[in-house]
Amino acid sequence: MLSRVANSVYWLGRYLERSENYSRFIDVNFNLMVDLPPNVKEQWEPLIRATGDYDLYIKNYDSFNREDAIYFLAFDENNPNSLYMSVSKARENARVVRENLTKESWEKLNEIYLYVKEGADKQVWKKEDCSQFFMDVKYGIQLLYGIAENSVARTVGWYFIHLGQYLERADKTSRILDVKYHILLPSADEVGSPLDFLQWTALLKSVSGFNFYRRFYGKIEPVNIVELLVLNKYFPRSVFFCLTNAEICLRTISGTTGKGYSNTAEKTLGALQSRLEYQDVNDVISSGLHEYLDALQVKLNNISDAIHDNFFKLNPNDMNQNNLQE
Amino acid sequence: MFSDPYDSVNHYDEMLAADGTCREHYLPFLEMIKNVPVEKLKQLQYTTDKAQMAMGMTFNVYHDKQGIEKILHLDIIPRIISASEWNKIEAGLKQRIYALNLFIQDIYNDQKILKDRVLPRELIESCPGYLKQCNGLTPPKGIWCHITGTDLVRDKDGEFYVLEDNLRCPSGVSYQLESREIIKRVFPNLLSKMGVAPVSNYPSRLLNILQFLSDKKKPVVGVLTPGVYNSAYFEHSYLALAMGVELVIGQDLVVMNERVYMQTTSGLQQIDVLYRRIDDTFLDPLAFNPESLLGVPGIYSAYMAGNIALANAPGTGIADDKAIYAFVPKIIRYYLDEEPALSNVRTYICSEKKDCEYVLAHLDELVVKETNAAGGYGMMIGPRASNSERQTFKKLIKSNPRNYIAQPMLSLSTVPTLVDSNLEPRHVDLRPYVLYGEEIEVIPGAFTRVALKRGSLVVNSSQGGGSKDTWVLQQ
Repeated sequence: MLSRVANSVYWLGRYLERSENYSRFIDVNFNLMVDLPPNVKEQWEPLIRATGDYDLYIKNYDSFNREDAIYFLAFDENNPNSLYMSVSKARENARVVRENLTKESWEKLNEIYLYVKEGADKQVWKKEDCSQFFMDVKYGIQLLYGIAENSVARTVGWYFIHLGQYLERADKTSRILDVKYHILLPSADEVGSPLDFLQWTALLKSVSGFNFYRRFYGKIEPVNIVELLVLNKYFPRSVFFCLTNAEICLRTISGTTGKGYSNTAEKTLGALQSRLEYQDVNDVISSGLHEYLDALQVKLNNISDAIHDNFFKLNPNDMNQNNLQE
Repeated sequence: MFSDPYDSVNHYDEMLAADGTCREHYLPFLEMIKNVPVEKLKQLQYTTDKAQMAMGMTFNVYHDKQGIEKILHLDIIPRIISASEWNKIEAGLKQRIYALNLFIQDIYNDQKILKDRVLPRELIESCPGYLKQCNGLTPPKGIWCHITGTDLVRDKDGEFYVLEDNLRCPSGVSYQLESREIIKRVFPNLLSKMGVAPVSNYPSRLLNILQFLSDKKKPVVGVLTPGVYNSAYFEHSYLALAMGVELVIGQDLVVMNERVYMQTTSGLQQIDVLYRRIDDTFLDPLAFNPESLLGVPGIYSAYMAGNIALANAPGTGIADDKAIYAFVPKIIRYYLDEEPALSNVRTYICSEKKDCEYVLAHLDELVVKETNAAGGYGMMIGPRASNSERQTFKKLIKSNPRNYIAQPMLSLSTVPTLVDSNLEPRHVDLRPYVLYGEEIEVIPGAFTRVALKRGSLVVNSSQGGGSKDTWVLQQ
């Protein structure tokens, strides 16, 4: 596969995952706010912190009210990670490599883009209930995944899309856990209160993990939630699950079988994956969850850089120009 | 349904004769559409617009603040061509392309046509499309113009005339193919009932002629695009997808030892044939325009060494010059010793003294065109131009006569087109596509462009034109 195309499909995977996450985050938070007791203020600040764009937000907005927050997260063109920008960039990447996608996948993605654009024109963030819009986007992206699942051939491109998707998901899961955990833990006096329950439930729902958690762990306990989101082997949004699958993609791409690694991307990713494989939740919490997640995010960035260096870097063809002139 | 009055007298209308009766080959269509309420037609048109948007059938417009992606309006009323008319067009195009290919080969090699003084040497040497670098070169299989999109118009006399040959990088074929997919859904039963020739195998025919250029058993083929911001990017990616080949930009390619390689995730892979959609002079900064960032340094030397085939071959622009165009009938007679089956539009060449005097004296009657421009730019429609525009062109022609030709104003034929709640006559042209491989094939269909403004004759998509599906009947 062309290096430039591989780069584009990798980012296509990342932006799609980001778009789906944002739709779900907004939808879940919106529903959480609806459930809040009358005397509790709406909380959008934690969500904005979780996206990593807090600094950008406070530069442009005075308060964390619902309209501003939803606008910022979903439609603001000055926020490079807003839903609109992510969907646009996913589509732009798809457009660049359209010949590598199936017609159905491209058309579905194009439709999602047009739908989000229409939402911006209709000023969805001002609606009393904008939940439906974000659910539609989320289902649209899931439908796209379904179409791809049954129509895209399992060649290198497929694995680059999923490599991007899993790394993005690992990053988002770790971020939302980091922020929410910090906000939720200090309220020790509220442990077991209905509000506390709502908040933890919302965290689980924002990663589509509520039902599975119930079956697997039962009672809501912070330590189990950490385990689910970081180390669980079966849950498709846990950091460990994402890394394991990202590693499978990477090894399929480079054709590496057996033990060991064949390039620096495999080395950094493999090292992180196996570290998590042999940890339990106490290892995660003992030295401080925040520190743990911070270090994790740095490693994820290193993996992304290594992938770039190994697969996407182009030799500028003007270098050859010099060679030819010699 | 038809606007009242519907003018089929002052122009040749493709559906209605001057007395208002329906032409025979349009009868089944009229029978069907008569029973469709106008509201239903409008709804079909609406669905068509939506379908185009969803398919991302967009083109990019330069310098347009309205956003860069636009849809080419597709009118649901098809343009229908009878089998007998088509046979004539097909034969004429085959003859013309065959002769033009011989002409290009001759110009870059023996120059017999110049030695025999059929064509003035200065005209060739002053042609911007003439590439000295191609002198002495014979491209793979001796084919220069693999893909042609000839522009034809039908004048008031009902005859088709060739307006432009477009032998460089003609675009629009993807719209022809996608439009058919949409219109099939609009009139699901009619196409087979009327015996409309299918066009959907164009991509596989295109792939055949490209593979034919290499002697390898399984040559690697690619489409070279200037990139996603090019106005025809949709088409480039569409064709690459439909042929199942790589779509590459200049930066994907490197040249080593006079061979061209793609940079892939598993290293370098040699490429054998490129359908390039980049103009000649941007192809290789080492051989042509040193400023070009779009091309591939060294690709021309690989081409000369015979290690890569390019379609169309660099240098075809020589036959695409509007001053050379005037000589095409002579070119056909010279190489084939046959009369041209398709007529040219009478053309005055401003570099010829007598012609130039005539042009300057009749600016209010003529259409003046730059010899090397395309897309409806660099032209003046005399009868519709203001006095000051005519004065401007007068000065331009005088200062550089080689750069201009003039033609009498043609009356383009019309086709009923859905405008608000009526079918109104709108002017159209016709661009069939011709592929030159083992033999010359004309795809039985065309990209019909329609000027959507009442009375307008400018059909270019960059200037507010739309399109129609073109049905070529097999019987």
